[in-house]
Amino acid sequence: MSFSYLNACLTVLLAWGAIGLAGMIRPKSVEFAGRTLFPLGALCGIALAVLAVMSIATPVERAVLPIGLPGLPFHVRRDALASVFLALLGGASAGISIFSTGYFRKGEGALPGLLCLEYHAFLGSMGLVLLADDAYAFMVAWETMALSSYFLVTTQHRIPEIRAAGFLYLLIAHVGAIAILLSFGVMQGGSWQFTFDAMRAAHLTPGWATVAFGLALFGFGAKAGLVPLHVWLPEAHPAAPSPVSALMSGVMLKTAVYGVLRVSFDLLSELQWWWGLVALGFGLVSAFYGVIFAAVQTDMKRLLAWSSIENIGIIFTGVGLTIVFHGVGMGALAALALIATLYHCLNHAFMKSVLFLGTGSVLHATGERNLGRLGGLIHRMPWVAWLTLVGVLAIAGLPPLNGFVSEWLLLQAFLFAGDVPHTFVNMLLPVGAAVIALCTALAGYVMVKFFGVIFLGQPREAALSQARDAGWMERIGLAWLALACVGLGLFPLQVIDTLDVVSRELLKLPPGRWGADWWLLAPAAARHASYGPLALFIVTLAVVVLAALGVRLVYRRRVRRGPAWDCGFVRIDARMQDTAEGFGQPIRHVFEPFFQMERELPTPFDAAPRYRVTVGDRLWTMLYLPLGVTVRWVADLVSRLQQGRISTYLLYSFVTLIALLALVL
Amino acid sequence: MTTLGAVTQLLEIVCAMLAAPAFLGWVNQCRAWLQNRSAPSVLQPYYGLRKLFHKDVVLAENASPLFRLAPYVVFGTMVAAAAIIPSMGTGLPLSTAADGIALVGLLATARVFVSLAAMDVGTAFGTLGARREMMVGFLAEPALLMVLFVAAMISKTTSLPLIAEGLTTRALALYPSLAFTAVAFTMVLLAENARIPVDNPATHLELTMIHEAMLLEYSGRHLAMMEWAAALKLLNYACIGFALFIPWGTSTEAGGPESLLFAVPLLVVKLAIAGAGLALVETLSAKLRVFRAPEFLATAFLFAVLGLLVHLLLGD
Repeated sequence: MSFSYLNACLTVLLAWGAIGLAGMIRPKSVEFAGRTLFPLGALCGIALAVLAVMSIATPVERAVLPIGLPGLPFHVRRDALASVFLALLGGASAGISIFSTGYFRKGEGALPGLLCLEYHAFLGSMGLVLLADDAYAFMVAWETMALSSYFLVTTQHRIPEIRAAGFLYLLIAHVGAIAILLSFGVMQGGSWQFTFDAMRAAHLTPGWATVAFGLALFGFGAKAGLVPLHVWLPEAHPAAPSPVSALMSGVMLKTAVYGVLRVSFDLLSELQWWWGLVALGFGLVSAFYGVIFAAVQTDMKRLLAWSSIENIGIIFTGVGLTIVFHGVGMGALAALALIATLYHCLNHAFMKSVLFLGTGSVLHATGERNLGRLGGLIHRMPWVAWLTLVGVLAIAGLPPLNGFVSEWLLLQAFLFAGDVPHTFVNMLLPVGAAVIALCTALAGYVMVKFFGVIFLGQPREAALSQARDAGWMERIGLAWLALACVGLGLFPLQVIDTLDVVSRELLKLPPGRWGADWWLLAPAAARHASYGPLALFIVTLAVVVLAALGVRLVYRRRVRRGPAWDCGFVRIDARMQDTAEGFGQPIRHVFEPFFQMERELPTPFDAAPRYRVTVGDRLWTMLYLPLGVTVRWVADLVSRLQQGRISTYLLYSFVTLIALLALVL
Repeated sequence: MTTLGAVTQLLEIVCAMLAAPAFLGWVNQCRAWLQNRSAPSVLQPYYGLRKLFHKDVVLAENASPLFRLAPYVVFGTMVAAAAIIPSMGTGLPLSTAADGIALVGLLATARVFVSLAAMDVGTAFGTLGARREMMVGFLAEPALLMVLFVAAMISKTTSLPLIAEGLTTRALALYPSLAFTAVAFTMVLLAENARIPVDNPATHLELTMIHEAMLLEYSGRHLAMMEWAAALKLLNYACIGFALFIPWGTSTEAGGPESLLFAVPLLVVKLAIAGAGLALVETLSAKLRVFRAPEFLATAFLFAVLGLLVHLLLGD
């Protein structure tokens, strides 16, 4: 059999499966799983990333795998879209797997071998989701992904909160899966062939196409954590071990984005431009909702989970824009929006993984997830702190790192949208740009809080002075991901030229012009706008270095250490620093109507004054609790039918028979 | 890259660095006059910097390397920002590398580093200042971006020199959208540069300060770099304002080297008027309570968005 990238990628997925199974040979050995199998998994990830990047520009490949039910073999297909997401999966998982090598320890929840199996099954199933070319294979992979990640989330299943979080995740994952299944059911269009090729060939009426798109958006939105289907994220991410959180947030959420792109641009032959507005609306709401909740969190992983909701919102905003532009026939702008979307997917995979893994190291070193009990760790854990800082600056959307590139592209797409042939949309889009600008600025706020409270300042607990920096493998994993953030930030043109293949494939466009020079990003669609991060970075760095050297050379005064001044106040202690609650206070104040707050304020006469504030999600009480009550009420109604006596059931049969006879006669 | 471009570029960077403290000194002088005080010299900020550069640095015991790095990073980003703002001429080679959005990003980078440095020592005032700075920033940044968007949509580009050129070469038309955004921009300028009514540059009253609270732990050359960067920031904002709202007289590629000779004195005049205006605004307004600052900035943001909508409605 000749070499094909598809076969090579499938081999890597198979290797992941084998590594997972190998974990069961010695399920109790941390050494074997951690030191042998996880590094092998990381190598597979690198191999997958390399293969995927090399394969992006190659023609589409297909195969039929002889597995599955009789007469229903798995169809697989690799195209540019799948390759981009495979590269994301491989690249991010490589860093996360290296980190995991040093992360999983003895006596933490499930057996190491079992964890290894679940982890690699999760990786493999995500890969299969991206390669699947029929609804059947897709759903099998999708469900494997959901289940393996469920087991990973509930690694520490003896803790009731973690079981509850896992249940919520499983529930929403399955509600979403049902919607996706139904969407496939609609898309086969009466042919009863569930291969994706049949769906591409099917001609749906606009009404049915809209139903299919709506179901897909719901289903994939549930997986991605689009508001109002986001509730599982802030519960599941803190519950899971950090590498798993990184994998779920960085990679798994992107499979949902892949699904939406696949359905809207590939499987549905004709799309309606206004679907884009729906996606755009949900995206903007999620971005805003996510970031304001991130700003008021006091648990570091919960904060990151909300930040993921924000980023998914930005990504769906991009998807929505792409659909709008594509639908009204503005090809170049559609390509720009699509590239921005894909770029942000890549960026988020790497920067969010850095942050989640950073919290993992902090958690291991201190045993604390609560921001109120951390602080000053930059002295104790310099490696983790500085590498996390890269992720922090990236996700805050600051040049010259990668988060800024996708923000820049997205804003360009928004800015030059002016010619959409619907005046009303023309008015709405700039407001969308305003929301994105606000969200990015707020993301900066969130990240200053995140980094400042954990790593800077004085330690808030005495025990923190015992914290130790992460091990070498963890550092390498973090450095890999941080380096990817820097690379994606400094060489956007090279990345975009690769991503452009996808826009050609999905949007049926000629190759776009993206740069004026090898270092200068200048999308043709954005008219006269250019961005050259490398030049900007070099100039800024040169000024910084020259300034530092100049100051050193000219003025040779001493540097002394002394106690902090703080306006001359004495008896300053660590508890006088801003807490996470304090840092979130302006946001709570400004966006008060969005939060469900409970405050416990002390009176002047309290012997032991206590201040407590909890911030809840209004959607939970307004949407989910009533929904839960309704479901229970319906279940109660139905349960009246279930008497448990044989005579009653016979009566039911009898009545049904009579009714049917009456109908027939 | 033309010779004129390179000369303009270098001239801009050097002039911005050297002139920034003088502009600050001018604003302070005007303020003193308006408030009937005997005014310090325009050169006072230079004396201040010289004094600081000659002093020892006293670092807090638990200051991390980030604390020592931040002044240089902030200074560097401010110089880089000065390099891409068309204050004297529009033929800036560096401005192809960073457009208006990148400029806002650069300013945000500086803000994040100042705030992180303020949290580093872990004092009550430092963290309080950082929190307030970010509170001001998260509304001021999108407002500034919206202001830039309006100008970008009028001239169909996000590149600042091209915006300035586009606005200069057009017939003198009154853009209603730019009027809204000019108001928004002025409010952002006041807020971002720690001016009354959001912050008071002259105060060290603990409960009201924002910017000064963040610099409390700095001393010696670090403080000098921070002060210098703050002066540069003020100059940068003024020059952004000129580029967006009164770009006439800046040197262009087409105008040749002699246009640069004309542009420099004109910039000085613009700065003198803007500085006096800033002092007047500061003297006439009272400082807001910190809690009112978000309202002030939200107004700025809404003005900018309104400007955008006006632009779209009128289609100018």
